[in-house]
Amino acid sequence: MGKNNLKAWLYLLPAILFLGAFMVYPLIDVLIYSAEEGYNSASQTYFGVGLYNYSYVLHDPYFLQAVKNTFILVIITVPLSTGFALLISLALNSIKWLRNLFQTIYFLPYVTNTLAVGLVFMILFKKNAYTDGLVNLMLRLFGAGPVDFIDGPYAAKMFVLCFYTIWVVLPFKILILTSALASVKQDYYNAARIDATPKWRIFTRITLPMISPMLFYLVITGFIGAFKAYSDAVALFGTDLNAAGMNTIVGYVYDMLYGDSGGFPSYASAAALILFAIVLTITCINLIISKKHVHY
Amino acid sequence: MKVILQNLTKRFPNRNRKIHTEVVAVNDFSFEIPDGKLIGLLGPSGCGKSTTLNLISGLEKPTSGKIFFGEDDVTNLPPERRGVGLVFQNYALYPHLTALQNIMFPLGNLKGDQKLSKEEMVEKAFEAAKLVQIDGLMERKPGEMSGGQQQRVAIARALVKRPRILLLDEPLSNLDARLRLQTREEIKRIQRETGITTVFVTHDQEEAMSISDLIVVMKEGVIQQIGAPQEVYDEPKNLFVAKFLGTPPINVFSGEIRGNRLWIGGEAILSTRPLPDQKVKITIRPEGFLPKEDGALSLDLIGIEVMGRDTTVVSKHPDCENVEIRSIISSETRIDTARSNVRFEIKPHKTFVYDPVTEERIDFLKEEDHG
Repeated sequence: MGKNNLKAWLYLLPAILFLGAFMVYPLIDVLIYSAEEGYNSASQTYFGVGLYNYSYVLHDPYFLQAVKNTFILVIITVPLSTGFALLISLALNSIKWLRNLFQTIYFLPYVTNTLAVGLVFMILFKKNAYTDGLVNLMLRLFGAGPVDFIDGPYAAKMFVLCFYTIWVVLPFKILILTSALASVKQDYYNAARIDATPKWRIFTRITLPMISPMLFYLVITGFIGAFKAYSDAVALFGTDLNAAGMNTIVGYVYDMLYGDSGGFPSYASAAALILFAIVLTITCINLIISKKHVHY
Repeated sequence: MKVILQNLTKRFPNRNRKIHTEVVAVNDFSFEIPDGKLIGLLGPSGCGKSTTLNLISGLEKPTSGKIFFGEDDVTNLPPERRGVGLVFQNYALYPHLTALQNIMFPLGNLKGDQKLSKEEMVEKAFEAAKLVQIDGLMERKPGEMSGGQQQRVAIARALVKRPRILLLDEPLSNLDARLRLQTREEIKRIQRETGITTVFVTHDQEEAMSISDLIVVMKEGVIQQIGAPQEVYDEPKNLFVAKFLGTPPINVFSGEIRGNRLWIGGEAILSTRPLPDQKVKITIRPEGFLPKEDGALSLDLIGIEVMGRDTTVVSKHPDCENVEIRSIISSETRIDTARSNVRFEIKPHKTFVYDPVTEERIDFLKEEDHG
């Protein structure tokens, strides 16, 4: 028994060392940093221990703006992207002709570089001295005035960010949902057909419950992914997100560490832990809801 | 409800698209299923029996031919308008619904003046559940039930909307041996109590023989023989049917007709009515052997298996296609196992003779032996 245990630990050692050095230690370190008041990274000294860092972050208008942005992003993109992905997967599942082609097309954004796509979006939406951008040209066809989506009003910028985020996360969700739909056995549909079940009832009573585990998986990972959004905003609005008013929580953490206003690991740690608490709460709520509604 | 299948043919394109031939799953299938009977579609895997069932249910459309339910031509009706109940091989119970919800599911689809209140649905579901004796398990989900219980729920779900025809696809193949025996009696009972015309598909001849009013033996999409189980067993029309029915399987010998006698090897086992000399396949049912000192057929004895009231004599013969010849004799008969061979007299009514090429039956019995 003892010998076997030793062996087991030996096998686990590489993973433990790796995780310990790169996950557990940094996590503990973040906790410590967040409690050290007035930490100076140059001299590595601090004045005392307390919750001042949290209080500072929570009163920082940039942080509050970042929280607001992140929440809007999460609330808009997670349901919309999941819904769109479900609709597109259902459509893909019901066509036979050119199905592989469409599947490939819908999957393409997944293998494209985020920053490159962001640049393309920026060019599409940006209005500058020389051109209003492609989107504005099209808007003009409908008689709407040119809007600067990149440097203009907050709603326009938020719209572009959400639009972009949805576009980026769709492929993965479509991939998961098409395979989930394909794994529902044909027998269930045949049985339902024999019993003259209307299409809508088949969808709500058979298809949805059958793919509900995958759907909830996507919602949970979608929430977590959207809360961690950062690169999308950078790709669209550049690195000075605070100035653009489009910062996210992760962006705020990054800026506190390395940005122009950076050099404050304690504030960054406090912000990161606040994000952690938010994500944890939301995920727990998700899991509680899913227990009630997800079958199996 | 009587079901008439008229020249039903179903062709599938070959799955390998490079081969442009078609697979004929069901070939010119004509058969009238009498009202209120239990019909067994029997055949080896891939013989088209499930396709036939799917054609009746409407899940598949025939390439040609017609299907009538009573007087109605249902050939072009989609499955939902045919009013059939189908029990799937793997039951296809909705795993997220309880037994009650599963059984009620078809009732929830009723529209217009047929629409039922929740109470009526529950009542009807319990009625169907009582019939299959699972009314005590209505709150369980399929995952919490045994195979036999799931099977009953599936039958109840098929029965609850009072189908015109009940179809069962390999209903017993997922059950263990004991449950299978029990469930097949149940199916027979349920069919008798409801009087619904029932068609079931199986590859297990024992299953088909034991509960069907009529069996349809199929091979490669073509009907081989239709008849009451005993009738098909006693008078198999061709070599395939003879080989397919019966446990242990029938013993097949290469022999010949010469001088109005049946010959196996150098031994004349039976005399025949006047027939031209020819090579034939001689098949003898296991119960067609009568041990006798001066019997006509001599077999090399391998051993005997005593199983309660019967004794199986295991032997071999160079002209026999079977690896072992199994003959079932009364356990009172003593066989001397020390000897290397055993002699049998052959019962003419348990012996069938077939043309080795066409595999069609040759009637060899003399006038006085008939009847």
